[in-house]
Amino acid sequence: MQHNPLPARRKAYIGTMRMLMWISVAIAGALVLFLVGYVLVKGIPNITWELLSTKPSYLDGTIGILPNILNTVYIILATLVVVLPLGVGAAIYLTEYAGNQKIVGMIEYAAETLSGIPSIIYGLVGMLFFCQFMNMQTSLLAGSLTLVIMNLPTIMRTTQESLKTVPQSYREGAFGLGAGKWRVIRTVVLPGCVDGIVTGCILAIGRILGESAALLFTAGFAHALNGLFDGLTSAGATLTVALYVYAKEQGEFDVAFAIAAILMVLTVLVNLCAALVGKYFKRKNSV
Amino acid sequence: MNIITAKDLCLWYDTLQALKNIDVEIPEKTITALIGPSGCGKSTFLKTLNRMNDLIPGVKITGSVCYQGKEIYAPGVDVSELRRQIGMVFQKPNPFPMSVYDNVAYGPRTHGITSRVKLNEIVERSLRNAVIWDEVKDRLRKNALGLSGGQQQRLCIARALAVEPQVLLMDEPTSALDPISTSKIEELVTSLKEKYTIVIVTHNMQQAVRISDQTAFFLLGELIEYGNTEQMFSKPKEKRTEGYITGRFG
Ligand SMILES: Nc1ncnc2c1ncn2[C@@H]1O[C@H](COP(=O)(O)OP(=O)(O)O)[C@@H](O)[C@H]1O
Ligand SMILES: [Mg+2]
Repeated sequence: MQHNPLPARRKAYIGTMRMLMWISVAIAGALVLFLVGYVLVKGIPNITWELLSTKPSYLDGTIGILPNILNTVYIILATLVVVLPLGVGAAIYLTEYAGNQKIVGMIEYAAETLSGIPSIIYGLVGMLFFCQFMNMQTSLLAGSLTLVIMNLPTIMRTTQESLKTVPQSYREGAFGLGAGKWRVIRTVVLPGCVDGIVTGCILAIGRILGESAALLFTAGFAHALNGLFDGLTSAGATLTVALYVYAKEQGEFDVAFAIAAILMVLTVLVNLCAALVGKYFKRKNSV
Repeated sequence: MNIITAKDLCLWYDTLQALKNIDVEIPEKTITALIGPSGCGKSTFLKTLNRMNDLIPGVKITGSVCYQGKEIYAPGVDVSELRRQIGMVFQKPNPFPMSVYDNVAYGPRTHGITSRVKLNEIVERSLRNAVIWDEVKDRLRKNALGLSGGQQQRLCIARALAVEPQVLLMDEPTSALDPISTSKIEELVTSLKEKYTIVIVTHNMQQAVRISDQTAFFLLGELIEYGNTEQMFSKPKEKRTEGYITGRFG
């Protein structure tokens, strides 16, 4: 091939485009760095042992976020305990048992639509249904159940997708040995899609960590330290909700930034977990 | 003694008729080869023999298949027990993604055997019968997906033998393998004839001649000719059979 020098105009054009791209990358990178840096710089100095280990009290003069940490853990656990069996069960039924593919398609479509709905709508519905109609009041339980509805489509869809990746030949092999449907699912299909279920779980945890709108409506913003067992029936703010309350209603920006920094670190950890789990299962399945 | 008898067997996938009035009698402890061009219904016929077609929605079957004198499509038949007695080996080796040991123990465990001692014994015997024991005895706990293709296929045969079947259905078990693995499997299949009845689909005419006692030639869902392998390959009764086995079509 002959080597023609590029015409000057074309050279200039390529140069300009390249520069524009560099500028957008630089801006995006700078924004992220600034945001993360700003929150960490303002937040980390305010994370003290006292903040993490006490509750807010006018008597003791403390502002602690221990109740919010515990509420977050409660809500995550309560939500997962309900949403996992529901979502995984629904996915198994739809993929392995359901006969009418039209209805399955409709449900899948509905689930996909549901997972795109703004969370404040879940909050509104949760408040009307769980808090008022079911008479649960504003409580962690009502909040968890609202989050269950919110995360159900995600868990169901991720499980379904990973059920579909289990090779049909595994099922045939097991059926050919005389295994019944449930045994095939339990011993051959489910182990092959644990990664999908775990990924769905981690996504859900990330979403719960970041959720505020739906919980403001349903779980409230109490800062009291709840007991281990009555915890679920009392109102309480998760870290994210507490962030909103401290910043917007009490003007405690130091606390708000401390929470923000903690949430940021947690989010990074959750994403890291998701990546590690993915890697682990990829290695396990390839040998 | 005929262990399997198919009479006037027809099968439809929705509206497509894949089997047309098939009559076959399979004698006990023999090897029957099913040959014919792709899409002529060999796999479909094989799967009707242990009701693997039950898994496919939209399949309709008429006629009859008797195993040891009993209709297998009759209501109330224990399909799990039927598939225990009529095992299957697939075209592509499909070991489960678990250890070699667990693969072989899967069938016996399915049918209720839990004793460790008994399972150890079954696993060793099955692997020996499938002539793969020496190759895997030091790696029973390793994942079966790490074996070579030929080893995986022999493992799948061991897995099928572990439930002590009477009949073994094999759907082109060597088509995904290299020549050396293929001849190992052929040897193995021939030796299994002593204890088992074998029905094997093959694309390879030499293979049919080498190992089978009788051959069934399928074309477009019909059974064109069925009989003694030697006779069929030396003196086919049907023009179409002759055309196929001499390589003029297919
Ligand atoms: N699951 C299925 N659904 C619909 N049609 C099928 C299915 N399996 C096979 N067929 C059709 O049935 C015919 C016979 O197929 P098959 O038994 O697989 O042939 P062979 O094993 O001889 O190549 C082919 O026309 C094929 O397209
Ligand atoms: Mg086939």
